[in-house]
Amino acid sequence: MKIHLNGKEQQISPGTTLKQLINNEGMASKRLAAEVNREIISKTEHANFTLNDGDTIEIVHAIGGG
Amino acid sequence: MNDDLLTIAGKTYQSRLLVGSGKYKDLTETREATEASGANIITVAIRRTNIGQNPDEENLLDAVPPEKYTILPNTAGCYTAEDAVRTCRMARELLDGHNLVKLEVLGDQKTLYPDTVATLEAAETLVKDGFDIMVYTTDDPIIAKQLEEIGCAAVMPLAAPIGSGLGIRNPYNILTIIENANVPILVDAGVGTASDAAIAMELGCDGILMNTAIAGANNPVLMASAMKKAVEAGREAFLAGRMPRKRFASASSPIDGTFF
Repeated sequence: MKIHLNGKEQQISPGTTLKQLINNEGMASKRLAAEVNREIISKTEHANFTLNDGDTIEIVHAIGGG
Repeated sequence: MNDDLLTIAGKTYQSRLLVGSGKYKDLTETREATEASGANIITVAIRRTNIGQNPDEENLLDAVPPEKYTILPNTAGCYTAEDAVRTCRMARELLDGHNLVKLEVLGDQKTLYPDTVATLEAAETLVKDGFDIMVYTTDDPIIAKQLEEIGCAAVMPLAAPIGSGLGIRNPYNILTIIENANVPILVDAGVGTASDAAIAMELGCDGILMNTAIAGANNPVLMASAMKKAVEAGREAFLAGRMPRKRFASASSPIDGTFF
């Protein structure tokens, strides 16, 4: 199935959870925050949150800024 | 001077210098300059993660750990109230429920001047949502007061455009904002060198937030140290109360007892 992750289209297997996606992208150890379809999904929910075809996901972190 | 603390949203801080973490050449320089500044509060930006990045690459929050510093996420790059509110909510999730944010809603890319109408709108939403807001604004005393009345924890007028290093362009407006205020007033943006920081503190500002003045210096770590001293010196001079200005000279040595 197709998702949009940080502005880019990607194919993932049906049934993938948000946590699995984050692990697959190698971001498991980072401090981050995630939105699915503009709704924040709390860290404690990532493992239970199953992604759906067409979902738009934003994953953010902190970078240098003033 | 150890008991002269900065209080923001009920929390006290030893340092009145707040620093940004942008524009450094690498995270080592970020870490060293931040350390040298003595700052307790460090601003960060919230951005998309780079997909496919090396997972072991060092993260900003390893260089500036939240266990050691108070992290102040900003809404830099936001040109609408909606984007700014969304960014603050993501920041709160990122930092495990931490409520302190720096709100800025910009008006245009050339000046990076705040869109004060959108800033007021975003501030109202964020206050209702339980955020403690340190808000970047123009040096307009009316807007500054309105932001305080909405419930912002601190109001941060610019001294000159972001990243310009032009110094305190309108000290009288900053002074008026300070005199009107019941919340901390911090100069955010425009400071170029140590004397600018001292001038802002001598006006009675509660603190200063800066980034480019340090990161853009030839030696950022040394400038961070200079800024720490300038903020402390300016604060002490403000508390001490400067002598009145006189047009003509007034001898420091007595006339009595001269033998010539």
